[in-house]
Amino acid sequence: MTALVEVRGLVKTFGEGETVTRVLKGLTVTLRVGEMAALLGASGSGKSTLLSILGTLMRPTAGEHLMLDVDMTVADDAALTAFRNRHIGFVFQFHNLLPDFTALENVIFPTAVQTGRETDGMRQRGRDLLARVGLADRIDFRVPNLSGGQKQRVAVARALMNQPELVLADEPTGNLDSAAAAQVMELIAEINRDAGTTFLISTHDSRIAERCQRQISIRDGVATG
Amino acid sequence: MPYVLKIGFRYLTANPGQSALLIFGVALGVLAFIFMSALIGGLNTMITENMLGNSSHITIEAPEDRVRALLPGGPAVHLLSQQELTEGSILRTADAFEPVIAAVPGVVVTSQVISGSGFLIQGGSTAPVSITGVSAAKVSEITDIAADLIAGSTDISGSNILVGSRLADDLRLSVGKAVPLRSSTGAERVMTVAGIFDLGMGPGGGSAVWLSLANARSLLGMSQGVSRIETQIADVNIADAVADIIRARTGLKVTPWTESNANIQDALDAQAQTGYIVRAFALIIVVIGVASAMMLSTYRRRPEIGIMRAMGASQRFVVAVFLSQGMLIGLLGGVLGAALGFLLVLPYPAVDNYTPGTLPIDIRQGSYALAVLLTTLGAVLASILPARAAAAVDPVQAIGQ
Ligand SMILES: Nc1ncnc2c1ncn2[C@@H]1O[C@H](COP(=O)(O)OP(=O)(O)OP(=O)(O)O)[C@@H](O)[C@H]1O
Ligand SMILES: [Mg+2]
Repeated sequence: MTALVEVRGLVKTFGEGETVTRVLKGLTVTLRVGEMAALLGASGSGKSTLLSILGTLMRPTAGEHLMLDVDMTVADDAALTAFRNRHIGFVFQFHNLLPDFTALENVIFPTAVQTGRETDGMRQRGRDLLARVGLADRIDFRVPNLSGGQKQRVAVARALMNQPELVLADEPTGNLDSAAAAQVMELIAEINRDAGTTFLISTHDSRIAERCQRQISIRDGVATG
Repeated sequence: MPYVLKIGFRYLTANPGQSALLIFGVALGVLAFIFMSALIGGLNTMITENMLGNSSHITIEAPEDRVRALLPGGPAVHLLSQQELTEGSILRTADAFEPVIAAVPGVVVTSQVISGSGFLIQGGSTAPVSITGVSAAKVSEITDIAADLIAGSTDISGSNILVGSRLADDLRLSVGKAVPLRSSTGAERVMTVAGIFDLGMGPGGGSAVWLSLANARSLLGMSQGVSRIETQIADVNIADAVADIIRARTGLKVTPWTESNANIQDALDAQAQTGYIVRAFALIIVVIGVASAMMLSTYRRRPEIGIMRAMGASQRFVVAVFLSQGMLIGLLGGVLGAALGFLLVLPYPAVDNYTPGTLPIDIRQGSYALAVLLTTLGAVLASILPARAAAAVDPVQAIGQ
């Protein structure tokens, strides 16, 4: 399988001098196209840090980071922003949706922000995606009126809006009960199977990790698996 | 609708109570701006109308050096020229110049005037008077004598004269009374009092004698020409510009009221400056209010800003969102304030009917569009720093909060 993301010798340290925290200490990992991988590790091991770097939201202290053969470490903020808009989707644990907008408006945001306008075509694709995640009857609900599981499914739909190659999910089910968590994971697995979208999902839950084809663990700042 | 505007608008409607309060605050600032504009404008109109309504706006005289230049040499002529200069220069070809002046855009009225000084003689006492000769048809054109008439009429035909009320009191003159008038050149004629007027504080109102051009000419020994041409113009605020045109077209000595009544001009300038300062403060308060509200708003929305950035919103997009929110606050507050300002000044009587005890507010001078424009601009400027701070938010930290 072809490599979608390659990181080699990734180093990330926070702070300086006495308070310096070395989180990633030469981490190397490759994600292949179409993979669905779990990211495991103790709390504080650096899962969120790695996802932020892979999502171009944070710059590594050192190391190589290639995605789609583009060197992410040399691109400027505007280039990274445009790249992530087209190629990377996110699902976070908290603060996932824009609270003053409806489910549909949230889903089409990644496309509308690109063109500066909302079009009927976008809205149609947004409705299809919401139907795909089982929320056809919640299209015009405002975010506060959605349940936790529904919010995460809206976030999944939004992550898919621009048909990205990679979706990064940081504890996407951390806030959900086991039934809702299972539903979201089922959805992710389906999308991975049908669309071939690559997923990297950080989690503390072994049942979720077991649903993925691959388990990557971070310990002492390096990855195994 | 552009996408940034939609988001900016959504942010406003998301907290309707808070936004309404903010917009109302902006509107109050705009209200103060409009009230001050209407008040300063009204004061300006009232003062210029009161002070200038009864006097010449632009006065045209012969240039003094030219009078000398036109006169041939010789001792006798020199003597004459001296005398003329003390009496004021004579505008010899007034009849030729008057239509040229009347044709200048903005000029509403022109009137030829012969002026000088003399004495009214009544019984044993004489009273010094200023003598003003005008055409019988234009007696009330520049100075509205008809409006200030106490007794009699404004008829200055024949040997009729009009006298100021103080003069009439001092010499116990009444309408129909015959009284000798002696000019400074020594000529004397018995005139008939046809009317008594009171110009109040107007220039020389109390001791003035008004008569026809012909009588003034013979009494003051002015065989031809007049002392000056007086004019009134439609807009007293552009007197200097109109004066420049008249000067260019006639080559005469042209004096706008801004020079002859420089004290009024100074008072108006000071008043206008007060108005600018008060209005600037109103705008500054609006800007500070919007800036602090926008800082709070952007701070509260940090997690969302992080999400937008993660979804691929550029920093410029984030700036544009909050600038559009600020612009909408300014625009809505401005329009609301303009409407409230209009309603506030609506009950005040028109400046023309100003009665002491109220404020001379001119509803037409509220500067409504300017207020809305400046408020909108100010609100956008006020949002620049908060918007830039919002765009600089670190998405990882914001989302992790
Ligand atoms: N901005 C920062 N400044 C300083 N230290 C940081 C910063 N961000 C993360 N860290 C530190 O880096 C380490 C890894 O954090 P990270 O959030 O990646 O862990 P995690 O594996 O996601 O943990 P969890 O499972 O609890 O979410 C932690 O010790 C954390 O305190
Ligand atoms: Mg984490």
